[in-house]
Amino acid sequence: MTPPMSDFLDLLGLPFMQRAMIAAVFTGLAAPAVGTYLVQRRQALMGDGIGHVAVTGVALGLLTHTSPTWTAVLVAVAGAILIEIIRERGHTNGDVALALLFYGGLAGGVLLTGLANDSGARLQTYLFGSIVSIAISDVIVTMVLAAVVVLICIGLAPQLFAVAQDQEFAQVAGLNIRLYNLMVAVLAAVSVTVAMRTVGLLLVSALMVVPVATAQQVTRSFRTTLGAAMVLGTVASLGGLLISAYTSTAFDARVTPGPTIVLLALAGFALAWPVGIWLRSQRRLQTPFPVVPAVPHEVADEHAHEHGSDCGHVAVPHGDHVDYVHDGHRHAVHGKHYDEH
Amino acid sequence: MSATPPVIELRDGAVAIAGRPIVRHVDLAVSSGEFVALMGANGSGKSTLVRALTGLRPLATGSLRLFDTPLDSFHDWQRIGFVPQRGGAASGVPASVWEVVASGRLTRRRLLRPLGRADRAAIDDALEVVGLADRAKVGVSTLSGGQQQRVLIARALAGEPELFFLDEPTAGVDLPNQQALADALGTLSDRGATVVLVAHELGPMAPLIDRAVVMRDGRVAYDGPPLTSEQVATAHLDLHTHDHGHHHRDHEQHHHDHAPHVSSLLDGDR
Repeated sequence: MTPPMSDFLDLLGLPFMQRAMIAAVFTGLAAPAVGTYLVQRRQALMGDGIGHVAVTGVALGLLTHTSPTWTAVLVAVAGAILIEIIRERGHTNGDVALALLFYGGLAGGVLLTGLANDSGARLQTYLFGSIVSIAISDVIVTMVLAAVVVLICIGLAPQLFAVAQDQEFAQVAGLNIRLYNLMVAVLAAVSVTVAMRTVGLLLVSALMVVPVATAQQVTRSFRTTLGAAMVLGTVASLGGLLISAYTSTAFDARVTPGPTIVLLALAGFALAWPVGIWLRSQRRLQTPFPVVPAVPHEVADEHAHEHGSDCGHVAVPHGDHVDYVHDGHRHAVHGKHYDEH
Repeated sequence: MSATPPVIELRDGAVAIAGRPIVRHVDLAVSSGEFVALMGANGSGKSTLVRALTGLRPLATGSLRLFDTPLDSFHDWQRIGFVPQRGGAASGVPASVWEVVASGRLTRRRLLRPLGRADRAAIDDALEVVGLADRAKVGVSTLSGGQQQRVLIARALAGEPELFFLDEPTAGVDLPNQQALADALGTLSDRGATVVLVAHELGPMAPLIDRAVVMRDGRVAYDGPPLTSEQVATAHLDLHTHDHGHHHRDHEQHHHDHAPHVSSLLDGDR
């Protein structure tokens, strides 16, 4: 075994690295779970908005010398509820509200950090993550909050799905849609603060949205999208942490985990995207042709080629038979010849 | 009409949107098993009225009873099926036809309980009625507009309701799909369901209708046996004697462009 590899394995045995790995797994599971509902509601940037608001929360913690994690949770939840109220009362999708909170949150956070006479370095650990410096108490908070988020996202999946899919239908079905909307907002805020230590507030939305975008390239149902996004999120966040740890020891380079995790998630998307394009075009090609009253019988020209299940031409169901797509024509078997359909 | 109380009973109903009265002085009673078409021009208030009947819009004045219960104390939402007016059934994340239809079962499911055998049977039956049983596993966004509309009807059906509200289910749907929709609604009606259908054009649904209610400028202009579409256009002439031949402008629609409207962030009603 080469020295860098054994250094790397030694590193994995160290307590700070084990704490980081636990945090990475829990974050990777929770963030895409909420992210799936946000994407379904077409609020993919909600996580970003809350992340910016949470900057003020962190700065408040630094200023008052209390735990930045808890002040971030409180301020993020308040910001998320505010965004949700503006979305409900306003007439747009709330994107303007989101923008206002974006800038307010970031500006407030930077201003308060200045007042706290803290160097920017302290704030930077929250902006871009500092998973390897995570304390044992923070790991426990991360585990508990992430577990709550995942349990709610899976346990209440039918209700949350229905509300996000069609709010008016859900309301007439007797669901308290305001409660569920607020619940999603609060869940998003909690998972933002959970992921804050892993990837940082400025990149947190990536871990919520990118695995979902990757999963839906190949999935057709909501349940598989949710499951696949959680798996992909976990792979990205644990994988990114390990890659950054390995490259840091092997090449003595300063590779920070937060951006590595996000770039790994994006690499996954880059791989899945062409597959998604191919799958969608296949599905379009193989959609059955509509059955309409018969057109006049027309025999295809002299046809040497024999169509079959593996002749290379796309076979598309058409009523009770199959049409073979041949040079822009549709050929259907009729006795010994082919008909133009 | 009969000894049993009506399924819907609206007395002197009025609906205001952002302070402007839209629907006024509407009395409407629908008895069990009736198939009512709510008709009228764009902006006549027919959709607004249906949204008031489902509780989506509050009444400004008047009283509404559903299944002989005042709306405020009505909680039997599983007795009501609603098919909202919308372009399609797709959202930001893929969802299968089966999943969308299954969400209609929520009215009868308790929290944190998995689907039971009765739930699955109802979902399968709903897909069967709208003729999409073979497309259950397909992503809903890959279906045509007419098929998506049938998915939304199946979703309402899955809750096995007694009273259906459908808001323009045939808008922008081709004729074969309209026929499929009409067949599904016919099956429902035969099973004894009460149907309130908002429609601009009846098309293949015309033979199903027991009664037509025509709205004009937020008021009921006609309530009686089914009408042809030419009669719908002139139905108000029978009731309104104050029409002097000038054109009443329907209330103007508010259009929003996509530029930021900061000043109206907290305006209240959308």
